[in-house]
Amino acid sequence: MEQFALWDLIVNILVGAMIAATPLVLAATGELVAERAGVLNLGVEGMMVVGAIAGFSAVIATGSAALALLAAVVAGSAMALLFAVLALTLRANQVASGLALTMFGLGLSALWGQGYSGLSAPAFPRLSVAGLGDLPVVGKLVFGHDLLVYLSLALVAAVAWALARTRLGLVVRAVGENHDAAYTLGYPVIAVRYLATLVGGAMAGLGGAYLSLVQTPLWVERMTAGRGWIALALVVFAAWRPWRALAGAYLFGGITVLQLHSQALGLKVDAQLLAMLPYLATIAVLVAVSREGVRLRLNAPACLGKPFYATA
Amino acid sequence: MGRPLLELEGITKDFPGVRANDGVTLTVGRREIHALLGENGAGKSTLVKIVYGLMRADGGAMRLDREPYAPARPSEARAHGIAMVCQHFSLFEGLTVAENIALGLGRAGAGLSRRIAAVSSNYGLKLDPGRLVGTLSAGERQRVEVVRCLLEEPKLLIMDEPTSVLTPQEIEALFATLRRLASEGCSILYISHKLEEIRTLCGRATILRAGKVVESCDPRQETARSLAEMMIGTTLAPPWRENGAGPADSKVRLRVSSLRLASDRQFGVGLDDISFEVRAGEILGIAGVAGNGQAELMRALTGERLPAAPGAIAVDGIPVGGSGPEVRRELGMCFVPEERLGQASVADMTLWENAALTGLPRMGLSRLGFLDVRKARAFAGNIVSSYGVHVRGLDGAARSLSGGNLQKFVVGREMLQAPSVLIAAQPTWGVDAGAAAAIHQALLSLAQAGAAVLVISQDLDELFAIAGRIAVISNGRLTPAKPVEVLTAHEIGLSMGGHPSADVVDAPEVAHA
Repeated sequence: MEQFALWDLIVNILVGAMIAATPLVLAATGELVAERAGVLNLGVEGMMVVGAIAGFSAVIATGSAALALLAAVVAGSAMALLFAVLALTLRANQVASGLALTMFGLGLSALWGQGYSGLSAPAFPRLSVAGLGDLPVVGKLVFGHDLLVYLSLALVAAVAWALARTRLGLVVRAVGENHDAAYTLGYPVIAVRYLATLVGGAMAGLGGAYLSLVQTPLWVERMTAGRGWIALALVVFAAWRPWRALAGAYLFGGITVLQLHSQALGLKVDAQLLAMLPYLATIAVLVAVSREGVRLRLNAPACLGKPFYATA
Repeated sequence: MGRPLLELEGITKDFPGVRANDGVTLTVGRREIHALLGENGAGKSTLVKIVYGLMRADGGAMRLDREPYAPARPSEARAHGIAMVCQHFSLFEGLTVAENIALGLGRAGAGLSRRIAAVSSNYGLKLDPGRLVGTLSAGERQRVEVVRCLLEEPKLLIMDEPTSVLTPQEIEALFATLRRLASEGCSILYISHKLEEIRTLCGRATILRAGKVVESCDPRQETARSLAEMMIGTTLAPPWRENGAGPADSKVRLRVSSLRLASDRQFGVGLDDISFEVRAGEILGIAGVAGNGQAELMRALTGERLPAAPGAIAVDGIPVGGSGPEVRRELGMCFVPEERLGQASVADMTLWENAALTGLPRMGLSRLGFLDVRKARAFAGNIVSSYGVHVRGLDGAARSLSGGNLQKFVVGREMLQAPSVLIAAQPTWGVDAGAAAAIHQALLSLAQAGAAVLVISQDLDELFAIAGRIAVISNGRLTPAKPVEVLTAHEIGLSMGGHPSADVVDAPEVAHA
């Protein structure tokens, strides 16, 4: 009996970790695509929170989970488009534009969400394969999740494959590495960056919707609570590699859930200390990549955050 | 010349305030290696950018294979069989050789690695497709660019100053490749300001001056001097014969002994036991291919980085190895670093501020800790007028000057401080022939007046023209300096390529100097 309770606890923690991690996986993978193309969009938090309210309001209005996700994707992409026009077409400073996008998103979502507090979203569809979900341990851990968890894993795999193995992925990396050379070779630098930025926005929107539709099916103002920043940190922490970003997100999700269960497990670690970890790791990585050799080994995009002038 | 491949007629391109190309008409024949020759700012690069679709002409017409041709972007030019190797490599350091090459090809190819291997063995251009380009030397990077172009099987290959980073042996290999390409039917448009190269390689030359075609000739029938005169439009002063040898018994002003310094940059080269001395009245030249420790040596000499042993560098017998640039300047050292923007000048500061930045300790430009603006402006004005820098005013930012103009300003700024030791890296890099001659003359005069001058340069012609002795830096080590009278370019080339000792090679060539 004792044994059984421990297993249960471990499975609960692992499942909880995946749920906590999925918004980070989605947002970080999207931002990773944008950064690989050389676009530093610090507006992830803003795009997520707008995705959250867009998804929530759509599900309240239509009751359809699919339409809710679509709304979140469109809203996240629209935010990214705004950023792209500012930072890519008008060549505004990317850091400033990204910060502004986050603040704009927080304000916009608060305004939009005024009528939605107190409502709750209908349950999000789960994978149901006859019988498999009832298997001990594996059932809950592998087959028991909502559909977005599987989608997020599929998206990580797709992005990893596309970046490493497809021509489009190579062009994205080339544009992020040396935009002048890419232009000289005839690649449409700005168009590629628009595309990558929009992918980033769409995935951040999805990540936000996961919060308001699945994790806590409610709308709460500022409910992203800094997850956009963690996603940004994870991209650097993962050295711009999708699978590592996934691992980092799960690691961080695990830490978050451990905090909740720490008393049950008899752990004595300050939650604040754990919450600092991804940021500390980011600072360490950013210091490391400021050296040219390390930058190459970690394949940090050389043109990250730099504006592109076609007539250079 | 066979059937014409590319014909330009009356190409005109305006930039704000300057006409870069003014009715340029030229014809490149099939299988022809055609040189485009001109001073800096003559409009060579603008012209090939128009051919390659990076810029659009404001007037005039082009024909390719007798068909009208007006590419709006590089991809269009490439679709027409035009390839270009740029002055600054257009490579991606964080990607592998194979990925770099794949990006240069319009379509993905399954058998790409096989084709790379085929082309590189066919032309003797060795490449390792799996390596990151960031880890390659300049010569290897150029091979990547050339192979990338060859895989496109171009009709016309444009090369914009391709040899500036290569050793003489690498240049020979490149020329062999280009000649073979031409014999196989590819035309080559070759931009350079190295006249000897053009005379050995090209069968036709078009000379541009101030955006206009001033001459078209067969460079093999001309001398380097006559070509240079066509370029600058005036007769060159007779070449200085008396180079900076200096009296052998004059006192040692700069002594570097057993200087060691690990590089702090990735792919940088550390300094390994470097010793030399420069006497009053002498110009010592240090030759070598870029990236063999010159940058590190320069930074050790300027005091940007301090070696462990303060005695490793001494000026007039005073050890300065432990002191920063300010102290060294006060002791009479002046520096012309290689990078004009960022190292030698602050891009966004005005000219007079840039003048004050290094002139401060030696020119008395401050009073009680305050900058004496009037004096600083006078100093800057003096530089501008003495060195013929074309500027609109002293309040323009350093970045608003063209490369050659800024170089003249930087050299002038250091020369006018009457240094006792002057250290110059690439003093005439990117400077037109007329201005280069003036800078060379000024360096010689400075030495004659009793200063010790050290010139670090990749340009062998420059070193043979002005230096009394030449040493070669290779992989962080320095060969013993030898008088130019007993050196040959071949011997230096071998040392540059890292051959352990050039002494054992008995070069059959006549002394170059």
